[in-house]
Amino acid sequence: MKFRSLLLGALGAVVCVTGVAVSKAAYSAEQFIPMLVYRTGPYAPSGIPVANGFRDYYTLVNKRDGGINGVKIVFEECETKYNTKQGVECYEKLKNKGPTGASLVNPYSTGITYQLIPKSAVDGVPILSMGYGRTSAADGRVFKWVFNFPATYWSQASAFVKYVGRQEGGMANLKGKKIVHLYHNSAYGKEANPTLETLAKKYGFKLTLIAVDHPGQEQKAQWLQIRRKKPHWIFMSGWGVMNQVAIKEAAGINYPMDHFVGNWWSGSDADVVPAGAGSKGYKSATFHGAGAGWGVHEDIVKHIYGGDAAKAQENKMGEVLYNRGMVNAMFGVEAIRTAMKKYGNKSMTGAQVRWGLENLNVNEARLSELGMKGFTQPVKVSCSDHETSGPVMFQQWDGSKWSFASIWVPPMRDVVRPMIEKDAANYAKENKITPRKC
Amino acid sequence: MFYREAGQFKTSYDKDQAVFPIMQDRWFIVAVILAAYFVVPFVADEYWLQAVIIPFLILALAAIGLNILTGYAGQVSLGTGAFMAIGAYACYKLTTNIPDLNIVVAFLISGLMAAAVGIVFGIPSLRIKGFYLAVATLAAQFFVLWLFNKVGWFYNDNPSGTITAPPRELFGVTITGPRATAEARYFVSLTFLVIGAVVAKNLVRGRLGRSWMAIRDMDIAAEIIGIRPLQTKLMAFAVSSFYCGVAGALYIFCWLGSAETEAFDLLQVSFPVLFMIIIGGLGSIIGSIMGAAFITVMPIFLTNFPPMIGIHMATDLQKHIEEIIFGGMIVFFLIAEPHGFARLWQIGKEKLRRWPFPY
Amino acid sequence: MEFLNAVFVAPFLDIADSPVFFAEVVIGGLMSGVMYSLVALGFVLIFKASGVFNYAQGAMVLFAALTLVGLMEHGAPLWLGLLVTLGVMVALAYAIERFMLRKLVNQEGIILFMATIGLNFVLEGVGQIAFGSDVKRLDVGLPDKSFEWKGILLNTFDLSATFIGAVMVTSLALFFQYTPTGRALRAVADDHQAALSVGIPLKTIWVIVWSVAGAVALVAGIMWGAKAGVQFSLVLIALKALPVLILGGFTSVPGAIVGGLIIGVGEKVAEVYWGPVFGGAIESWFAYMLALAFLLFRPQGLFGEKIIERV
Repeated sequence: MKFRSLLLGALGAVVCVTGVAVSKAAYSAEQFIPMLVYRTGPYAPSGIPVANGFRDYYTLVNKRDGGINGVKIVFEECETKYNTKQGVECYEKLKNKGPTGASLVNPYSTGITYQLIPKSAVDGVPILSMGYGRTSAADGRVFKWVFNFPATYWSQASAFVKYVGRQEGGMANLKGKKIVHLYHNSAYGKEANPTLETLAKKYGFKLTLIAVDHPGQEQKAQWLQIRRKKPHWIFMSGWGVMNQVAIKEAAGINYPMDHFVGNWWSGSDADVVPAGAGSKGYKSATFHGAGAGWGVHEDIVKHIYGGDAAKAQENKMGEVLYNRGMVNAMFGVEAIRTAMKKYGNKSMTGAQVRWGLENLNVNEARLSELGMKGFTQPVKVSCSDHETSGPVMFQQWDGSKWSFASIWVPPMRDVVRPMIEKDAANYAKENKITPRKC
Repeated sequence: MFYREAGQFKTSYDKDQAVFPIMQDRWFIVAVILAAYFVVPFVADEYWLQAVIIPFLILALAAIGLNILTGYAGQVSLGTGAFMAIGAYACYKLTTNIPDLNIVVAFLISGLMAAAVGIVFGIPSLRIKGFYLAVATLAAQFFVLWLFNKVGWFYNDNPSGTITAPPRELFGVTITGPRATAEARYFVSLTFLVIGAVVAKNLVRGRLGRSWMAIRDMDIAAEIIGIRPLQTKLMAFAVSSFYCGVAGALYIFCWLGSAETEAFDLLQVSFPVLFMIIIGGLGSIIGSIMGAAFITVMPIFLTNFPPMIGIHMATDLQKHIEEIIFGGMIVFFLIAEPHGFARLWQIGKEKLRRWPFPY
Repeated sequence: MEFLNAVFVAPFLDIADSPVFFAEVVIGGLMSGVMYSLVALGFVLIFKASGVFNYAQGAMVLFAALTLVGLMEHGAPLWLGLLVTLGVMVALAYAIERFMLRKLVNQEGIILFMATIGLNFVLEGVGQIAFGSDVKRLDVGLPDKSFEWKGILLNTFDLSATFIGAVMVTSLALFFQYTPTGRALRAVADDHQAALSVGIPLKTIWVIVWSVAGAVALVAGIMWGAKAGVQFSLVLIALKALPVLILGGFTSVPGAIVGGLIIGVGEKVAEVYWGPVFGGAIESWFAYMLALAFLLFRPQGLFGEKIIERV
């Protein structure tokens, strides 16, 4: 009896599985954007605000403007749990949806980004990995389909060094200073190392690299080393629980928090909460504002939450990573808009959106129209430059909110760009890609 | 009614010892393989191949490898991810440094590399047993991944620290790299699985397999009847790691295309492969394949089923419910049939034999 | 040559050079060790009494911590929260016994292990549905201040965690040694059938053991949660406890403590003095290698019961 019911259950399951088919309904004047999100799993505290930011911005464009030039944005979430395997499944499921397939993909995970980079050209789906993923994708001659503006990890690290130089009263004063790079021991965490090493040689500061293994709940050994080294500055490339523990440990050894600077994945609201008052003064890099004081937030409250600001806050509005998702969505939407200028107001294909991304020009005037003046910096992408080396801002946690702690710091393009071109050339050689002429 | 062996007489020992002594079984397997080659690629679209079937085939190969070690030789291992990573990184080094090397040869050499490392990490098994050994194999898991992450030589010192499968051809068809079609990669993975399964099946019913089982059932007794534990156990580690190594190379070259060490993480690879063999049935080749199918297909099914019948939930809520159902199903299956799908398969055949007149 | 020097000479000179810092590293290691022991303890209790290698211990830590934080967020005072969470853990233990263990009696270890993995998925799902996946701050009012004592930096939170860990172990050891229930638990651990035959109710014992393990998980969850916030990553601390477990032996409560301390000190010293030579982050595998080295000499762990094999 037991066996029979099992068998029937199994049969039923098989029938249902075979029934799963990707339906391609014929919509018109709709623009499909896939959303790979992680609202569950170990990185959910970061994934939830990002996903909400995306969702709210797309909804806002639909409700406030009636879509992009009248073309409605359709989006679908797919949960990846920050897991590469599930990311593959999500991407495959969503890439052909909508009338013209996925317009662009924002992977929001290093592993998924790397996995998608070789495929993007074949599938014709451009990747917008905004400030993460493969740094050398900034070389548009080799990576035609990948965009990582407004700045890469390497640019960010160089901006950090420049910022430290300014704080110390001039780049000359960097000589002999001790700087620690505390990094997540993964492809992502190691990204900034070569840049920092190059700059250490150039400016004569002493760089110590300290790795923290995944997931990073236990960092006593690392902080003992730091306590002994007494570095003048700490730069952190952390992710997930590692950030929270590091900030707590830093407070524990009474490290001056205003000399502890995270990269832009180490500076969200969730990162500073567990350390409580200890995290006051902690800084992090960013390329957009925090908080909900901009015009676009007012629009979101008005059009999506019916004027209920408290409800919007509950949905993470104004958190650093919410704003990041929103900025990311904005760039995607503007790229589609740019593409429409050339190809007409209809559903754009991936290739057309790619053109839009490459010719994207969001200037001050456009930012003010969008209610984002001062919130983020203008971006102008070109064929060879998919990064744009946008300036980096350093924000500081004052115990209850993040606020800008510097002026916008431009990265050292003269140092970073040659490194990017070298790595891109290697990649092209290994994978038999002929760089295009720009 | 149709599944009867009446009238099938064996006239020689060879026939009696065949892998599938019953004619219907033989036909069935042949039909399945033929269908896999000639029907599936024409029916399945790219989503099915890329998201479901290819990972299933590759993980099934790894599961067979682990089943040889755990199911047949009785040595529990949680280091599958490490051995797969060795295969993948070895293959990457081989293909990028010797561009003219035939890709299939590269896969096989990668397997051998994994086997060599497997032997080293198998040495403690001579003294450590059971869960102690399982946890000890985690040393391999963490050490190997740390090494691949740390030492730039393994990924040709590229600053991103990842490996990318370069495009390679076989018989004039591109089978790796981004331009390889899902069908081409499907055929390669399928062929490796079929050959791997056949070899494994023959291996485990030969002398080696019998000595593995003797070691598993009681190693002291096995030693007394003249089986040398050192060679036997290390051989199990070597063969198992070979399978895992090849599977690892396929994992990157025929499926992901590009990855970092995180792709071979304990929770992403080692544990799921262990689930596959437990759910499928320890000590069964076909069980490994069925287990792999269950563990890869079920979560995808659970994700896609509710929207299909018109239930739309918040993404996170759905994922949580999915997890609960998945976990519940594992427990339910273990209670209903602790010996896994392989045992169910056997019971099914018994029932079929008597059908439609059960007594 | 330089490398050999960096491995075999320099670290020792370094230690001799600044003994105060070395003492600080060792003390730091001991405190981390206690934190590992807290998690390992849960594994040991369950393995001892029911032979189950409970993979879901990590999920139980998360579940307990989430429940407590969830209750406190809804305005419950700490004592009430603790009480209710304990009640939830007891109910969970009962449910596990009723719906899982009872039906899997006499199965092989690996099958039971697999079942707890299933349980792990269920607990993760239920915990997150009920309380969300966000990181939550847990403040149970333990003082968190750093001070220097003879040049060694100490933290009051770490000290109190150590104290709580010590109290837990002592009371568990006493409970096992002197109470009738404790004696029954030990009897079950020694031999299920013999215990049954002298009238010890196996099922009740299992519920008790899983409840105690749940309580241990709650304490571990509070300690780790106060450190890094209560979030999903708590599940992963189970991985930190595994080397402790094999080093100390699956069946020994004192083993979990001593093992934790050895691993804690060993990995901190290795990371601080030898880590830089190898490029850092060697902790993760070093703990396992250390445990492996011990196992080669004592295959049953430091305090595990001697494995007697008969043909």
